[in-house]
Amino acid sequence: MEIDPFIFRLSIFILSIFIGYYVVWSVTPSLHTPLMSVTNAISSVIIVGAIIAGLAGSEDNVFTISNILGFLAISLAAINIFGGFLVTQRMLQMYKKRKKDK
Amino acid sequence: MSANLSAIFYLVSGVLFILALRGLSSPETSRQGNFFGILGMVIAITVTFLSVGNFSSGLIYVLIFLLVGGLIGAFIAYKIPMTAMPELVAGFHSLVGLSAVFVAISAFLNPEAFNLGAPGAIKLASLIEMSIGAAVGAITFSGSIIAFLKLQGIMSGSPITFKGQHFLNALLLISIIVLTYLLCSSQSPNFFWVLIAVSFLIGFLLIIPIGGADMPVVISMLNSYSGWAAAGIGFTLENSALIITGALVGSSGAILSYIMCKGMNRSFFNVILGGFGATEQSASTGNKEQRPVKSGNAEDAAFLMKNASSVIIVPGYGMAVAQAQHALREMVDTLKKNDIKVTYAIHPVAGRMPGHMNVLLAEANVPYDEVFELEEINNDFANADVAFVIGANDVTNPVAKTDPQSPIYGMPVLDVEKCKSVLFVKRSLSPGYAGIDNELFYKDNTLMLFADAKKMTEDITKNL
Repeated sequence: MEIDPFIFRLSIFILSIFIGYYVVWSVTPSLHTPLMSVTNAISSVIIVGAIIAGLAGSEDNVFTISNILGFLAISLAAINIFGGFLVTQRMLQMYKKRKKDK
Repeated sequence: MSANLSAIFYLVSGVLFILALRGLSSPETSRQGNFFGILGMVIAITVTFLSVGNFSSGLIYVLIFLLVGGLIGAFIAYKIPMTAMPELVAGFHSLVGLSAVFVAISAFLNPEAFNLGAPGAIKLASLIEMSIGAAVGAITFSGSIIAFLKLQGIMSGSPITFKGQHFLNALLLISIIVLTYLLCSSQSPNFFWVLIAVSFLIGFLLIIPIGGADMPVVISMLNSYSGWAAAGIGFTLENSALIITGALVGSSGAILSYIMCKGMNRSFFNVILGGFGATEQSASTGNKEQRPVKSGNAEDAAFLMKNASSVIIVPGYGMAVAQAQHALREMVDTLKKNDIKVTYAIHPVAGRMPGHMNVLLAEANVPYDEVFELEEINNDFANADVAFVIGANDVTNPVAKTDPQSPIYGMPVLDVEKCKSVLFVKRSLSPGYAGIDNELFYKDNTLMLFADAKKMTEDITKNL
């Protein structure tokens, strides 16, 4: 009997939870705020679904409800992606070590 | 682009996202980690465009909306003050939630575009995954909006509770399961709309009873939800990048919630069921009596610190409110010029989100290797000359260690009272969030500095 592809996706999902668990425990507490903003940015990879929805229209009608929702979702996710990565970058740039020769 | 090839690229971007989080294990590698994250995102988006292939005239709109969103996001990222990070993150979570809902609806209306079957005959598994993605997304959205309003101060931070609240929530949660079942058996869109509406309501009801100082837990929890929503959509779209990311973000938020709950010595359910501040406050105000405290001015504080050889600073949310972090850094610079050793002690739940104080201090150019977590620094208080408490309160209350009757008993606290002397900057003697008196105020070695945190710090610097 063939294994349903769903099972493979489930395997990826479960293993990723474990990876997440160990990776996040190793994040230093002082970087917990950047951790939240970067997880925010990466969870907006949901934009791939939005792009598929947005491009799905036929030539004669690109404004079905499904398309419009896709467009809106693209904008929302893009705010998160740009905003999330940039604000993380901005925060991380502020973390500096003590200057030795002081 | 073949489906297999794009699947491999999605896997690559998933791995890059793992590396992005891995980079955050130390500030040195963190910037590289962020770069990996950006790279992963670029790959995922590019592959999506290539795999759709035959571009309809919708392409131009896709690009326009992408650009508009990107510009708004970039603008916000550059403008936002660091003290507003909790609001920003809550706001961003709501957007993830809402876009998950939109994508789920879009897939429901046009399943052919996603290879999920035809309208009215969507594959059972996809339908379940869609429902989960949409429901969790909707809960994330409305919950985050409430969290945002509370953090922003538009909505009162005090818990809103009413009779039968928990019963109602339980009922609504059960109805979600029932609606999913009905949707799957009938394929009727109406059940899908009701499902989403009920989920919006749950998110709203879930967050209103939670008080302002529990926000660190709420934000972490919503972070986790936004991940699970993404994973749900990932299953629907059969996209490994989304599944991996969703799982990562979901567990990340869950761990942060756990750390925050631990920092307050409260169970997760205790926080979620809410109403902490409201119930405890009434109990404690009854036996309030006027007790003598020693209060001083900036000159006294400057004198104490000038004669110290080591000072530990304990910042809290009040410092963020008063925007005192830069003034504080200037004071510390002056102290260092006098060869006084200065370190910072940060309680896990200081501020309104995990790591909030660290970011504010970093913004004020405080080197991160002078900032320590509770367990790293707690033994040092006994050897320090002066503890300078600015904007923190409950996290320094020794009652947590001594009085089993106290609502905060068992919460890990900073051993501030072990210092030779304690300087406590505060506007008044009013109790903190937990609604209880801080024993520290009445200790012999405590000097209260009644003033605005920023102004007091500046005055002390002048007197040093």
